[in-house]
Amino acid sequence: MSEVTTPAAGSRGFFGEGNYPGIFGWIFSTDHKRIGLLYFWCIVAFFCIGALLGLALRLELFAPGETIMGPQTYNAVFTLHGVIMIFLFIIPGIPAAFGNLIMPIQLGARDVAFPKLNLFSWWLYITGAILAVTSLFTGGGPPDTGWTFYVPFSAQTSTNVSLAAIAVFVLGFSSILTGLNFVTTIHRLRAEGMTWMRIPLFTWSLYATAWIQILATPVIGITVALLFAERMLGTGLFDPSQGGDPIMFQHLFWIYSHPAVYIMILPGMGVISDIIPVFARKPAFGYKAIVVSSIAIAFAGSLVWAHHMYTSGMSDLAVMVFSFLTFLVAIPSAIKVFNWLATLYQGSILLDPPLLYALSFILLFTIGGLTGLILGAAATDVHVHDTYFVVGHFHFVMFGGTGMAFFAAMHYWLPKIYGRMYDKAVATVAWAVILVGFLITYISMKVVGMMGMPRRYYDYVPEFTGLNQLATIGSWILAIGLVLMFVNIIHGLFRGPKAESNPWGGASLEWQIPSPPPTENFDEDPVVTHGPYDFRKAGIL
Amino acid sequence: MSGHVHKDYTGAKFGMWLFLFTEVLLFGGLFILYSVYLARYPQEFISAGKELNVWFGGGNTLVLLTSSLFVAISITALRRGATTLCLNLLGATIACAAIFMVNKFFEWSAKISHGIYPGSAHLKELPPGEMVFFNLYYLTTGLHGIHVVIGALIIAWAMVLIKRGRVTADDFVILENAGLYWHLVDLIWIFIFPLYYLILH
Repeated sequence: MSEVTTPAAGSRGFFGEGNYPGIFGWIFSTDHKRIGLLYFWCIVAFFCIGALLGLALRLELFAPGETIMGPQTYNAVFTLHGVIMIFLFIIPGIPAAFGNLIMPIQLGARDVAFPKLNLFSWWLYITGAILAVTSLFTGGGPPDTGWTFYVPFSAQTSTNVSLAAIAVFVLGFSSILTGLNFVTTIHRLRAEGMTWMRIPLFTWSLYATAWIQILATPVIGITVALLFAERMLGTGLFDPSQGGDPIMFQHLFWIYSHPAVYIMILPGMGVISDIIPVFARKPAFGYKAIVVSSIAIAFAGSLVWAHHMYTSGMSDLAVMVFSFLTFLVAIPSAIKVFNWLATLYQGSILLDPPLLYALSFILLFTIGGLTGLILGAAATDVHVHDTYFVVGHFHFVMFGGTGMAFFAAMHYWLPKIYGRMYDKAVATVAWAVILVGFLITYISMKVVGMMGMPRRYYDYVPEFTGLNQLATIGSWILAIGLVLMFVNIIHGLFRGPKAESNPWGGASLEWQIPSPPPTENFDEDPVVTHGPYDFRKAGIL
Repeated sequence: MSGHVHKDYTGAKFGMWLFLFTEVLLFGGLFILYSVYLARYPQEFISAGKELNVWFGGGNTLVLLTSSLFVAISITALRRGATTLCLNLLGATIACAAIFMVNKFFEWSAKISHGIYPGSAHLKELPPGEMVFFNLYYLTTGLHGIHVVIGALIIAWAMVLIKRGRVTADDFVILENAGLYWHLVDLIWIFIFPLYYLILH
């Protein structure tokens, strides 16, 4: 089929000659692995910026009153922290970076279904990111609405919400195109013998995620477009003085943004589902149940958006219905957790860094998930709504969940992509420091929230000082752990010892090709004869 | 990377249908708002709907339906090797899009000259329900108008590819996907027309 010769093992693989010289060989490449790495490094950069903003917020809250910034700056910083972390890190994080890097290889494909569209998605992502950053320095100053852009404030504030809304629209478009590319790829480009029930669980989770991206993201598109029109043309669809209803903005916003939290968490769950069997040397317990639960989360997650709005003034009946539906989502989530634990049970566990990060995912996600039920129940939610309890919960599931899964994926797959190994001992120490810092920071937030400290204020009453200082000190420990982890992994990828092509003993297809992978992944189209966790047939056990 | 070109007819159409879903959902947000506000202000919606000109809307409906027919025939023409006929039909489709937009221009101009447009002083004197109706009318038909323009550009692009021999009787999926997009633009109008223009009947 081609005159391309695949480089032998140990060569530079897809890092070799590009189609264009230098940087252009990357930013105009349609190779899914190059695009995946472009996403990866951009996403890591935005994560670092977002984390610095988060540290600044914690520093401001070290003492009551103004510590390092005034109220307007504080509003801008938390908005920016949210927008960057949500739209530039968590949503694209695992699907765009690791999905692009790994998913086609796991299917036995040479690339995604629409490689040019894939490159276009990355360009849209960068355009959206540039617009978001530009909105800080132009117009009436950085947006101060929080990442939720609630009207009526977002329609009236003189800050640069309009440009930020365009940025969200463009980023959403990028997300949609990635989603439809992935769904088409999974349907059309599976290798011979790669039946639906032999697809690795990571790729399954991307499949469920991609459907949410396709079906939910257009709604945020129209919502921010309407916000933009309201600001520019005064169309007033959410303005009561023109007959509009601000609650409708909240509905439309959450119709996307709640399913979006499953865009954030499902790929993370997929990473964990792929890692645990490999390091337990056991087939995934309940493979089909995990697959079905991914689809069930995608479906049920689309029906629960209004649980963000219990105190918005909607009818009591709606509150009860949405509260009930919210509890339903806990079922497939719990199915996954139990299956992971059952996979570990009686396995021959290798306590390597990817598994450690995966285990911390299970711990933190479970805590975050259970405190989510307190928010899902309408009666208790009214008590803690808009307090630091919500902030703590959100960071447990998103940072403790998706963030940890992102780190686990880094430690699991990057040695494959770069063909080099990081220092495992340092990675383990970094993991421990991150976990300690994380627990101190966010447990303090939950407790102080339960005591009644509201979110989004730069100031607080003196009674909350102790816990806030604890959270801030925790954020420093967390930061030290993150720096250690990133330095170690970056040093390992560029200077570390050569990694074997299958350093962890995985049975799925990405481990059967050289590291770094060749440009078109496979010399010959592979024929799949066993499941992704069948370590016996793969000759690992 | 290589000389290997991946062609997947089913995959290309599959991807296009997924994209069309997203377009439906984009307009879905506006239709949700329409239904909620219609339930809240039924009387005002009817009286505001009377202000719209059924002849403009009805004429545009005919124009778009005809253009969809042209696109459908053009694909069959290309598959049978009648390239010139195909190009003429696509040209006619673009002409229909132009007629639609010109019509829309006169329709909007008439409304605006009566002081009915978002943020106008006259609009703000109307009852709240009528304000919502006209704001929604401008946003929905405006967004649809943008789609008409995009659709026409896509068809023009397909024409260029046909002329260059990149889209042929054997490899016509780009034209077919452009046609699908155009049918979607048509279909959305089929919903907009009765909801806004025929609501009083």
